[in-house]
Amino acid sequence: MFNALQGWLSIFLWDWLAILMTLVLQVVIVVLPIMIAVAFLTLAERKVIGFMQVRMGPNRVGPNGILQPFADALKLIMKEFVRPQQSNLYLFIIAPVLALAPVVAAWAVIPFGEGAVVSDINVGVMYVLAVSSIVVYGVIIAGWASNSKYAFLGALRASAQKVSYEIAMGFALVTVLMVAGSMNLTEIVHGQQGGFWNWYWIPLLPMLAVYFISGLAETNRTPFDVVEGEAEIVAGFHVEYSSMGFGVFMLAEYAMMVLISFMTAIMFLGGWYSPFENIPVLDPLTAWIPGFIWLFLKVAFLLFLFLWFRATFPRYRYDQLMRLGWKVLIPLTIVWVFVVGVMHYFSIGPWFN
Amino acid sequence: MTFEQLIFYILAAIAVISSLMMISVNNPVKAALWLVLAFIATAGVWITAQAEFLGIVLILVYAGAVMVLFLFVVMMLDINLVKLKEGFIRYLPIGVLAALGIFALMYMVLGPNNFGMDVTGEPVRFDANHSNTTMIGLALYTVHVYAFILAAVLLLVGIVAAIALTIRRRPPHEVKYQNIDKQVKTQARDRFEMIKMQPVKEKPVENKKEEDE
Repeated sequence: MFNALQGWLSIFLWDWLAILMTLVLQVVIVVLPIMIAVAFLTLAERKVIGFMQVRMGPNRVGPNGILQPFADALKLIMKEFVRPQQSNLYLFIIAPVLALAPVVAAWAVIPFGEGAVVSDINVGVMYVLAVSSIVVYGVIIAGWASNSKYAFLGALRASAQKVSYEIAMGFALVTVLMVAGSMNLTEIVHGQQGGFWNWYWIPLLPMLAVYFISGLAETNRTPFDVVEGEAEIVAGFHVEYSSMGFGVFMLAEYAMMVLISFMTAIMFLGGWYSPFENIPVLDPLTAWIPGFIWLFLKVAFLLFLFLWFRATFPRYRYDQLMRLGWKVLIPLTIVWVFVVGVMHYFSIGPWFN
Repeated sequence: MTFEQLIFYILAAIAVISSLMMISVNNPVKAALWLVLAFIATAGVWITAQAEFLGIVLILVYAGAVMVLFLFVVMMLDINLVKLKEGFIRYLPIGVLAALGIFALMYMVLGPNNFGMDVTGEPVRFDANHSNTTMIGLALYTVHVYAFILAAVLLLVGIVAAIALTIRRRPPHEVKYQNIDKQVKTQARDRFEMIKMQPVKEKPVENKKEEDE
């Protein structure tokens, strides 16, 4: 479809302009629904946590509070953007942009269905890992440019935490690559075809846990939100940010949550394949459901886990958080690389053939 | 101009400008950030040269990990910029001379005489499905396998040396260490102990008053 559009545009425009316009259109088609999903994720979070704590959650704006995210966004936009006197102007303004831009850029390689991907590159997994490793600069620069002790401490915590957990995350991905034999995300999903038992979560169950826990740490969600730690450092790196500066940081955090959920669903939970494949009665009954619905259901479940953890777990102490990352998760992933190697050698199960 | 050329010129310009800014800007934190931008732009240039694995590894390792730790250190330094700039004019001629000398050397080695199109030939174009990763993997694990293992051993020695230099076990009376296994195995009865005591009857109030008097 987009190739046809590009061909039609290049009849009366320069070639590069036609390509650029097609790319921008593709970006809008991918990013807009994600931003809407992020908006409603904030509502879902407040509702879910509300019900877990036996209260109603937001229920004033619109029917059952369904328009609450728009009211929040409007409120943030209308507020005044306050800049601390001694802050570094350019870096202070660039920081929220740097936090959001990589998260949005990572969506370029995420497949939403068979062939429904903006850029089907060979190194998709590496691309997502590399781009999400840039996110930390938004936090560091925010903390440094604010010229505030609390923000600075938050930035230091964030950089140490994210770099530590990125290693565990990378090793967890290595095992996925070993099973799938490809770094292309579409190929990884194709490798999981054939029903619930062919998905990679069974041979890689500890890696699923490691990846998801590292994802929690990467997104600074509870129980790893010492970066914000309001009891100790007020709000951490974004303490000096007001109005939409703060809003963009929140947007980046929630978009990152959605991204981690998508990556987990694609790499461990069979992507867009139905869990009832090759099951006698259920498969024909559910065959009419399109693939992306299954993907969205899996992502919704993983996002619910994010919210559930937030309502359930207390915050980790910082030294214990570092211990978990370096002394538990990383050795576990390295051991599992060898386990996967052994499984590969003996061609175990439907996953290695 | 094709779209690819446009992208190349944009990335190359960003790489050159950010490298220049990196060495000319005063603030060390800003210099580190310009260096990050230079890395990212260079990675983009590599990707346009069909070396997508190397480009992404450059971002992942240098921009994503090394520079974060670098920034981590630089941010916490309290550098006196005035003192750093002392003698800038005095040493300028020597600096310019050294810079020109290095540039001349680099030009002789990397210039068009050795790396021109007529020497290297037209670069090979691969189709879109060509995997750069597989090619690098094949070369690393077959032809260069000994060098690869040697590099791995070197890195291991580096890790061990770094840990051996910084580890400092202090005696337990100076510093309390956590025993995580012990903490995890703790049960309620280890924390809470019921002690049997004989009931003690308090003296009546009237007697107390008398004592006070």
